[in-house]
Amino acid sequence: MKTEIIIAGFGGQGVLSMGKILAYSGLMEDKEVTWMPSYGPEQRGGTANVTVILSDERISSPILNSYDMVVVLNQQSLDKFQSKVKPGGILIYDNYGIHTPPTRTDIKVYCIEAMNATFELGNNKAFNMIVLGAMLKLNSIVTIESVVKALKKTLPERHHHMIPMNEEALRKGMSLIK
Amino acid sequence: MDINDIIKPENLVYTKPRLMNDNHMHYCPGCSHGVVHKLIAEVIDELGMEEKSVGVSPVGCSVFAYNYIDIDWIEAAHGRAPAVATAVKRLMPDKLVFTYQGDGDLAAIGTCETIQAANRGENIAIIFINNAIYGMTGGQMAPTTLIGMKTATTPYGRRVDLNGYPFKVSDTMALLEGTCYVTRQSVHTPAAVRKAKAAIKKAFQNSMAGKGTSMVEIVSSCNSGWKMSPVDANKWMSEHMFSQYPLGDIKDI
Amino acid sequence: MEEVRLMKGNEALALAAIRYGCDGYFGYPITPQSEVLETLEQQMPWETTGMVVLQAESEVAAINMVYAGAACGKCVFTSSSSPGISLMQEGISYIAASELPALIINVMRGGPGLGTIHPSQADYFQATKGGGHGDYHLITLAPSSVQEMCDFVALGWDLAFKYRTPAIILADGIVGQMMEKVVLPPQRPRRTDEEVKKQCPWAATGKSNGKKHIVTSLELDSEKMEVNNERFQRTYREIEKYEKRYEAIDTEDCDYLIVAFGTVARICQKTVEMANEHGAKIGIIRPITLWPFPYEAIAEAAKHTKGILVVELNAGQMIEDVRLAVSDKNMPIKHYGRLGGIVPTPDEILDALTNELIND
Repeated sequence: MKTEIIIAGFGGQGVLSMGKILAYSGLMEDKEVTWMPSYGPEQRGGTANVTVILSDERISSPILNSYDMVVVLNQQSLDKFQSKVKPGGILIYDNYGIHTPPTRTDIKVYCIEAMNATFELGNNKAFNMIVLGAMLKLNSIVTIESVVKALKKTLPERHHHMIPMNEEALRKGMSLIK
Repeated sequence: MDINDIIKPENLVYTKPRLMNDNHMHYCPGCSHGVVHKLIAEVIDELGMEEKSVGVSPVGCSVFAYNYIDIDWIEAAHGRAPAVATAVKRLMPDKLVFTYQGDGDLAAIGTCETIQAANRGENIAIIFINNAIYGMTGGQMAPTTLIGMKTATTPYGRRVDLNGYPFKVSDTMALLEGTCYVTRQSVHTPAAVRKAKAAIKKAFQNSMAGKGTSMVEIVSSCNSGWKMSPVDANKWMSEHMFSQYPLGDIKDI
Repeated sequence: MEEVRLMKGNEALALAAIRYGCDGYFGYPITPQSEVLETLEQQMPWETTGMVVLQAESEVAAINMVYAGAACGKCVFTSSSSPGISLMQEGISYIAASELPALIINVMRGGPGLGTIHPSQADYFQATKGGGHGDYHLITLAPSSVQEMCDFVALGWDLAFKYRTPAIILADGIVGQMMEKVVLPPQRPRRTDEEVKKQCPWAATGKSNGKKHIVTSLELDSEKMEVNNERFQRTYREIEKYEKRYEAIDTEDCDYLIVAFGTVARICQKTVEMANEHGAKIGIIRPITLWPFPYEAIAEAAKHTKGILVVELNAGQMIEDVRLAVSDKNMPIKHYGRLGGIVPTPDEILDALTNELIND
């Protein structure tokens, strides 16, 4: 079993760290994982994207033609990566700031209101966890328990009090998929 | 007193330092390098550091310093001696680590490494031979060449408008917070030699005491490069070099 | 103790160095490898193993510090990226000529000049054919995964000390920047002073028993310098005889052969999976040591093939060695390269394979 994912958005939206937590969660389940960022000046204000591959077997290419799941968080990324979803694959986008929605019909498209949900939660730092929750609802790549375990491993001890809040955001994200 | 008396051990008044070997020196007669080598060999022996010293030789006339003083040596690329000494001292803090560099090596191609090592306060000693000329490559202009001085690359004399000013490296080094001792000496008279030896000893002791970087500049003659007899070179040095490069301690804390 | 972690290639490399029992790192920041120095500074190994970490004033100073550390018999390394590695070439030549073991890391970015910070493999010639002045070689290791970034640190030093010659890890920016699962080796103690003296009796660690050590590459007597050079060459022949490494995938009965190194070889694996679906049998040879180059393995694999595609992030460098390996001068050997920091996708490579060889 292998899942190939790309997450794309603005730098500063937490794209890279979301991918990192997903990859780490895969590690918690003893999967092979690859996290491959776009790096450099793009990170500073431009678009950022990260490829995450989770697999039960050795992973070959970190560079892919198409993905099982594409998560886009701004219009530029939607325009760039819509065509990269494998037929039958999943495209998730946040409707915030999207003026031209996706048009493909051979894939499953989900619009989530993650940005609005962060306002509801009253926590703008929860955005990427909400998106990750939505992803996990659609494809149980890893379990929520593994994500929590990954957070415990990656967050410094002094931030561990924030883990319940992250878990809440994950569940909020799951609830966005109807 | 005949020869048999003279060679008796109790009548010995001077001897070659124990750590100087019998290798034939490539330095020109009248050159200051030989005297400074002797002082370093004496000081290391007096400090009991024979087995705990690593010298770093430069590119320039003293590239072969390792052939004459019997301690461990690393030959550095041109200008990089302070970087080499930095790593040696950091990796082996109990060793006495010093560089031996000429004006081209230290003040032209190696200015960056020299200033940076001193600014980090590396616990090394830098012995700087300033003879205002490139001896090894045949007498070209050095950063410390005096205004008006003729060299192979300033055949009509060094001009400020073309070549800038003689570089007072020691004064620059003294400004850095990482240096603890910066002094300018010479070895052209027995009195000067004694003072230079005391300066080298102090620099070596400072570095072993972890006080920071010490630099001993030796204003030197290069009679071959200057195209003079050794005696004339010493006279010319006293008359011209010392006004540009005054002798004495610049910093001692 | 072994430890499973998720980390960038650059980070894994830094931790692998500490765990190997490294004595010192000297480096200067440059994208895309600054995580090496950053990780080392975060780890503060001087508090645990006693390893020295120093941010040097330049790459020039850094490589000369490595030269110095190696001259003391210490286990030292530096890391940089292409323009910084160019600056280091004089020092690398000195290290080779002084017969010192050292490890150099080049996480390559696109050039020439200041170029780009994005991934490249355009320093193949520089690493494998000399780079600096004089007749010398670097043992050149090309990792294709984060695990290999970790493992090749130990391999690089083992080989460097075995043959008293510098080794270089030639990584592309991708493998430096991507994160993968990695199994870190257990912590080894640093060698004691006595062990260093025993392993490196030539090292300048202070005179012992009246014997002095001189580390230099200078020899003005041409007769003696020729003898030195002949000794270096004998070492290189030994390395060529015993240390060639490569990975061969499905090369035994392949119709076409792809030769690629580093991350590109992994992209090509995906290409091969796609080609297999179309019924084409493609094999891959991934040279792991770029010097010594596995000529014989490529010659053997090429015997049964109808053509070879060499894929690189450059304008055609390793292809020259592939051509040297193949004796059949009628064999089509084609190149597919992307330049300037662009990384090809698997289907791009499949198109190249199809257009250049299969349908040609």
